[in-house]
Amino acid sequence: MTASASREAATVVRVRIPSPLRSYTGANEVAVAIPVLAPELPPTIGGVLAALDSAYPGIRFRIVDEQRKLRPHIKLFVGGRLTRNLADPLDSASEVMIVAALSGG
Amino acid sequence: MAPTRAAAQSAPARRIRVLVATRKGLWMLNSDAARNGWKIAGPQFLGHVVHHAVCDPRDRKSLLVAARTGHLGPTVFRSTDSGRTWKEATRPPAFAEGSGRVVDHTFWLTPGHASEPGVWYAGTSPQGLFRSADGGATWDGVAGFNANPQRKAWCGGDQDGTPDGPKMHSILIDPRDPAHMYIGMSSGGVFETGDAGANWRPLNKGVRADFLPEPTPEYGHDPHCVCYAESLPDRLYQQNHCGIFRLDRPSETWQDIGAAMPKSVGYVGFPIVVHPRDPDSIWVLPMDGTSVWPRTSPAGRPALYRSRDGGQTWKRQDRGLPRAQAWWTVKRQAMTADRREPIGLYFGTTSGEVWASRDEGRTFRCLARHLPLIQALEVA
Repeated sequence: MTASASREAATVVRVRIPSPLRSYTGANEVAVAIPVLAPELPPTIGGVLAALDSAYPGIRFRIVDEQRKLRPHIKLFVGGRLTRNLADPLDSASEVMIVAALSGG
Repeated sequence: MAPTRAAAQSAPARRIRVLVATRKGLWMLNSDAARNGWKIAGPQFLGHVVHHAVCDPRDRKSLLVAARTGHLGPTVFRSTDSGRTWKEATRPPAFAEGSGRVVDHTFWLTPGHASEPGVWYAGTSPQGLFRSADGGATWDGVAGFNANPQRKAWCGGDQDGTPDGPKMHSILIDPRDPAHMYIGMSSGGVFETGDAGANWRPLNKGVRADFLPEPTPEYGHDPHCVCYAESLPDRLYQQNHCGIFRLDRPSETWQDIGAAMPKSVGYVGFPIVVHPRDPDSIWVLPMDGTSVWPRTSPAGRPALYRSRDGGQTWKRQDRGLPRAQAWWTVKRQAMTADRREPIGLYFGTTSGEVWASRDEGRTFRCLARHLPLIQALEVA
């Protein structure tokens, strides 16, 4: 595969980062590249979080537990649609927003 | 294992650092050589719930911090320069994928044996045991406990247990043998391994569990804090939900030493500290465990109780502490001692105060006020 083919086989997603996670990214918004392995295997939310963790090690475990479930106070919006299923495809969405709900004293 | 005494010497008159782990971050208290002048530094990890912060006695500059926030998953931070810089564990304690279990928080940290530099153990909520061999960078579950088919019978379900979640705590490594360890679990009881965690057996004979239908079961107890005497590692003490107990190995039966406490104060509390050089000298800090368990100092008058004879008799120590209307209490890992002569005692309260004595509890003074709820105190 050529370098240009490799670039074409990735989807770039903008991820909005809540303040509790900005110690990892240093920014409130980052772009991550999700490899597209095959047309019949579209990128998923889980793929976005894996790519995010590659770029910012440790961030995924703060929002996803060891059983691959989203932690209770975390919400994900994909193209404005709320989801808790990491296997959901991105479809045409190019933005994922991570929300850390506010609670407690 | 035959009872043997271990060498336990007083520390030279160096400055003391106390790590103050709170519900909102980490602070450090630094003394002068006389332990008279103290300065506070911090916060670090502001906004994190810090359940435990521990300095490695093997190099006296490595620190581990068990932390989480209200929204984010649990992690461990580590420093190799006495807390100036920190790195996050690349693989924090986590149960095996497919086990169905989720670590809510790492509750307890214990440095490994002196012969195993870089080894640490962690106890979690719900009850899980983890080991790191690289100074806390990566953690693996101790399968002999976490995957033990008896674990659920020992501990109950992950939703059972204390209001803040069931916990593994009091991970004790025998200073004479790194493969010989004890753990305490609330609930579950005290367990022992002789093969570095491959196999475990309950060690609760003689301890009451009067909140269960069978008050003297083999396991299922609620030890709040377990410790051994550094100078006599075969002497164990525990402050339990149902009393204060002592065990002299190789005996397997704990002796009730809480019965000698004053009836008006009772035998309920969380922390227990043993003198580093005198195995008969211990301190507890009782709380109100009556009726609905207010978890305050009894009658609003906090005090330590010291025994110099292994728990046969107790003496109240409250000089310098509030005389009335002080309704705080002290969590199980929030009371500790230094190794100076005479030893210093330190405890942190649920109302964010740090109190200290540099004369083994004869007098106390307040070192810090207005901190968040204090989870743990350790001498670095």
